[in-house]
Amino acid sequence: MKKNLKYNLTWLAIAAVIYFGLFALYNGGVINLFTDAIIANIGINIILAVSLNLIIGFSGQFSLGHAGFMAIGAYATAIITRDNPTFGGFAMGILLGMLLAGVIALAVGIPTLRLKGDYLAIATLGISEIIRILIINLSGLTNGPAGIFGLPQFSNWQVIFIMMTLSILIVSNFIHSGPGRATLSVREDEIAAESMGVNTTKYKVTAFVLGAVLASVAGSLFASYQQSVFPQDYGFMKSIDVLIIVVFGGIGSTTGAVVAAVVLGFLNMYLQDFGNLRMIIYALAIIAIMIFKPSGLLGTWEFSVKRIFNKFSKKEDDSNASTNS
Amino acid sequence: MPLLTVNQLTKNFGGLAAVSHVNITLENNELVGLIGPNGAGKTTLFNLLTGVYEPSSGDVLLNMDGKEARLNGIKPYKIADLGLSRTFQNIRLFKDLTVMDNVLIAMNSKNKEGFFSTILRLPKFYQTEEMMRQKVRELLSIFDLEDKEETLAKNLPYGQQRRLEIVRALATNPKILFLDEPAAGMNPQETAELTKLIRQIQKDFGLTIVLIEHDMNLVMDVCERIYVLEYGQVIAEGNPDEIKNNPRVIEAYLGGEI
Repeated sequence: MKKNLKYNLTWLAIAAVIYFGLFALYNGGVINLFTDAIIANIGINIILAVSLNLIIGFSGQFSLGHAGFMAIGAYATAIITRDNPTFGGFAMGILLGMLLAGVIALAVGIPTLRLKGDYLAIATLGISEIIRILIINLSGLTNGPAGIFGLPQFSNWQVIFIMMTLSILIVSNFIHSGPGRATLSVREDEIAAESMGVNTTKYKVTAFVLGAVLASVAGSLFASYQQSVFPQDYGFMKSIDVLIIVVFGGIGSTTGAVVAAVVLGFLNMYLQDFGNLRMIIYALAIIAIMIFKPSGLLGTWEFSVKRIFNKFSKKEDDSNASTNS
Repeated sequence: MPLLTVNQLTKNFGGLAAVSHVNITLENNELVGLIGPNGAGKTTLFNLLTGVYEPSSGDVLLNMDGKEARLNGIKPYKIADLGLSRTFQNIRLFKDLTVMDNVLIAMNSKNKEGFFSTILRLPKFYQTEEMMRQKVRELLSIFDLEDKEETLAKNLPYGQQRRLEIVRALATNPKILFLDEPAAGMNPQETAELTKLIRQIQKDFGLTIVLIEHDMNLVMDVCERIYVLEYGQVIAEGNPDEIKNNPRVIEAYLGGEI
């Protein structure tokens, strides 16, 4: 029990160090509007990638519908803060988005998660497009294709950082637990999992809903940071962008998703000056990864505080042993 | 009343009756063999009993403390919860997970940690987790796998993978354990060890074990009763000696006169 406290405190310390590091950078005037946007984007992309990785990497269900769930959060927040421009309204927008995304993911997940592979990808892509087209056509509420702009900005880097940390915490706590292991067993072998008492449908849907809810949070943060929402921001390409991060980092590694989001975020920043050439360099980087490291940057490797502690204690044991002899 | 009653069980694949009108009964704490030539329908019968396939007709009835539960058409995970567990002919471990995780997954449905106590890491989570890990270690030590906890299942040698499958099946806390060719691919020494283990777990856990096996020494050695399948039908039933001398069985295995 004490050990667990030690691990958890170490994680908290890591998060605090990164937070205060960023805090110092901001206060030191190192960060301008442009780099602030990059940091905010990286944070939001981490939430998206970690949640998509939960669906694709851990439960093994190929979803291309992440942008749709992101749009739900974005529009929920945009509409509420348009009429109620307070922090409370922002929080309500996030919660409403989560609720809506969860309910929709549950409703579409139960029938579609019976499909496998390509078929599931097409079904989820379809759902994402349906959501987008609904948003365009409900113009009384969403202002149609013109989008909503001039929103108050409630999500700054601090809010995004906190939500990002919580998302990573939720996903990794989920994975390292009974329900999480059951989800992994679905990816590994569905027939064996069922025969060992795992309700595979339930865990597929759980992972899908949890992923969708977190995507909605990312959408809320994005909309409030951009101070605007446009339906074209949540198209097919957005889903692909997130998918690229997940594949780049390593399917089935939360650490990989985080690292890839950071690396690609900075890559994007440095390639900004190259205009459209950027997309080509970006594509080449991904092709290079696929050739030289097909399992992604980190494969399924995970950063683990516990392992580091164990290594240290082993070293201590070894040195104790050698001094004794 | 027997523990499991299989009544006129039939499974048709198109025009082929892979299992046809099979009647089997299993008593409490009994070691039963299921033998027959290749393609006789042994594994199909296992798949029917554990819910992987749905029967075309017939009944599977489980005796639950005097009450009969009908198992046809129930999902495999519910059947597993009711106490029927199995191993697979072609090993189906969770290859990219550790030995520990493989076994923990099988304990999941009976040891709920709860979604929120999991996410929030409440004390209940750590307690359940520690309790389960302790149980897994006990099971692993019976099968000489205790030092493999953190090894990925795919990196285990073949014989240990087979043993791990049995551990995983035991972790669901079954009443009936179906072993599909547990000794396939093992050398004689490993087979002898396995034979001993099967006897031991039957005794220690008070299990009913059903065993598909082609190694006749093993079958004749451990089984109290044997069913022989051919072309999806039960052609003989009895103790090992009766089966050895049954002309129908000899004909099925060696071919009859023309």
